[in-house]
Amino acid sequence: MEFLFAITIGVLVASSVYLMLSNHLLRFIFGLVLISNAANLTIFVAGRLTDGAPPLIPEGADAPLGDIANALPQALVLTAIVIGFGLFAFAIVLVFRAWTSLNSLTPDDMRLAEPEEAHK
Amino acid sequence: MSWLLALPVVIPFLTAVFAFLTRQSPLGRWVSVGGSTVLLVASIVLMNAVLREGVIAGQMGQWPAPFGITLVADLLSAVMVLITAIVAVAVSIYAIADVDEGMERLGYHALFNMLIAGVVGAFITGDLFNLYVWFEVMLIASFGLLVLGGRPEQIDGGVKYVALNLVSTIMFLTGIGLLYGMTGTLNMADLASAVDTADQRLLTVIAVLFMIAFGVKAAVFPLFFWLPASYHTPAFAVSAVFAGLLTKVGVYALLRTFTLIFDHDTAFTHTILLWVAGLTMVVGVLGAAAQTDMRKILSFHIVSQIGYMILGLALLTPLAILGAVFYLVHHIIVKANLFLIAGVAQRIAGSTELARIGGLYKSAPFLAILFLVPAFSLAGFPPLSGFWAKFLLVKAALDDQGWIIAGIALAVGLLTIYSMTKIWAQAFWEPHPDGVEPTLSTLSSRDRAAMLVPIAGLAALTVFIGVMPDPFVEFARASAEQLLDPSAYIAAVLGDQP
Repeated sequence: MEFLFAITIGVLVASSVYLMLSNHLLRFIFGLVLISNAANLTIFVAGRLTDGAPPLIPEGADAPLGDIANALPQALVLTAIVIGFGLFAFAIVLVFRAWTSLNSLTPDDMRLAEPEEAHK
Repeated sequence: MSWLLALPVVIPFLTAVFAFLTRQSPLGRWVSVGGSTVLLVASIVLMNAVLREGVIAGQMGQWPAPFGITLVADLLSAVMVLITAIVAVAVSIYAIADVDEGMERLGYHALFNMLIAGVVGAFITGDLFNLYVWFEVMLIASFGLLVLGGRPEQIDGGVKYVALNLVSTIMFLTGIGLLYGMTGTLNMADLASAVDTADQRLLTVIAVLFMIAFGVKAAVFPLFFWLPASYHTPAFAVSAVFAGLLTKVGVYALLRTFTLIFDHDTAFTHTILLWVAGLTMVVGVLGAAAQTDMRKILSFHIVSQIGYMILGLALLTPLAILGAVFYLVHHIIVKANLFLIAGVAQRIAGSTELARIGGLYKSAPFLAILFLVPAFSLAGFPPLSGFWAKFLLVKAALDDQGWIIAGIALAVGLLTIYSMTKIWAQAFWEPHPDGVEPTLSTLSSRDRAAMLVPIAGLAALTVFIGVMPDPFVEFARASAEQLLDPSAYIAAVLGDQP
């Protein structure tokens, strides 16, 4: 199971790096979404994968009986997803504003804040 | 005691809420000034408690460490919170004059206080995942502040700032996941001992992941390119608080994690840091030399100065860490102040582009003196704070037989003087190209007070640290001891557990 996850994460990271290195902002954003999911999956796997064992403690007991799924990474991933969602919402709006006010989504053309001919 | 730890986070958070509710009225700016002042009081109380009782830890929601979220304040955290509060007060007063009503209506004061909450939270948390959350609070607020106003340059700078910082965030998150997978804990004090039994080679890989993530935030070479691309675009109050605080959160995170958790293979990790420190200093100062705009010069100098702090961490001797802590505090005050002064120059002379302004010394001598204090301090002139900061670090490097890095540090100091002289000569000394004489009296009396009082206050603090360095050096020494021997920190968090 870990092996499958590792392959998935690897493919996600590889494609997101490819996307992020292309000279287009929208692709960069897509790459960012993919790589953040890869990070979330990494945290999830780091908590160990246990098959079909919900983290429930039977009534009257103080501790769970036997192995259970680790709930903490799920809480962490959930937090990371929520935060990531907010950040991407902002990033997409920013890219849209860049399109309307700079008329370009090619990072190489975006030289307004750092003009190449700074000394003239 | 945990309420004492939570207060510095809760105060700016509540201030942000009130500032948001009052954003349509002029009341918002006073809410911001008031909230910052209360934060300053709370941080002084916290500092007092830490000085009296040593490291203070509090468990949120009464979950015992390492299971719950821990807030910890040792000397370093306490002084960082205090200095954050000082900058917050200065900038929130300055914002009365600098931030226009349009930005206020868009929620400038709420975002500003949210940023402060994030910064303070990052300084005071004792849990790695919680640190990530505070980083995000800080980031999202800084995104908003950076593009507030929506001029095309801001959007351009914002895209680069957002893109690179998001990549760093994801690396940080991946590092957290892997570290948790290896050790099963994210409490920093618990990690300090938990990493001893982990696979040391894998741990080094994770350490480098953290180094890159925090390195982007701290703007070290070769990860700093977002900083000079964006810091000269927003309002001056915004760039002052960015310049003072944001990169320093990255430096703080490096200082904390690479003394507490990742000190297993210092021959490898801290050698990388040493190279990074040297290159950051040199590239930053050369970048500044090529610029002709006040804010762009100052932005590159942030990068260059970060190199000095990383140098202290890389050497990892008691004197070097002492120097890094001292440098951190000195730099925040000086750098924020220089950006505030650039804002006054823009207001009265019409630009921050050096070729287009001049004559400030003749027509606004008071401003010129206020500029000289932080500028000379940045360059390291005695008896200002920057002299002692540089002196301590260069001495630490020499004691460690680091002749080359000490030479680099000194040479970079010289080049810093060159940049400061360039600003002085062109903005203050030479006559204005349009023949006008920019004076402070063009400002309304309210704006004049709001802009000059914080600048004068921060400059006075710089002089004070410079003239009376002993208590500050003593403090930094105690703080360095805590960092290098974290047993008090660990004991405060984990209690009586072994």
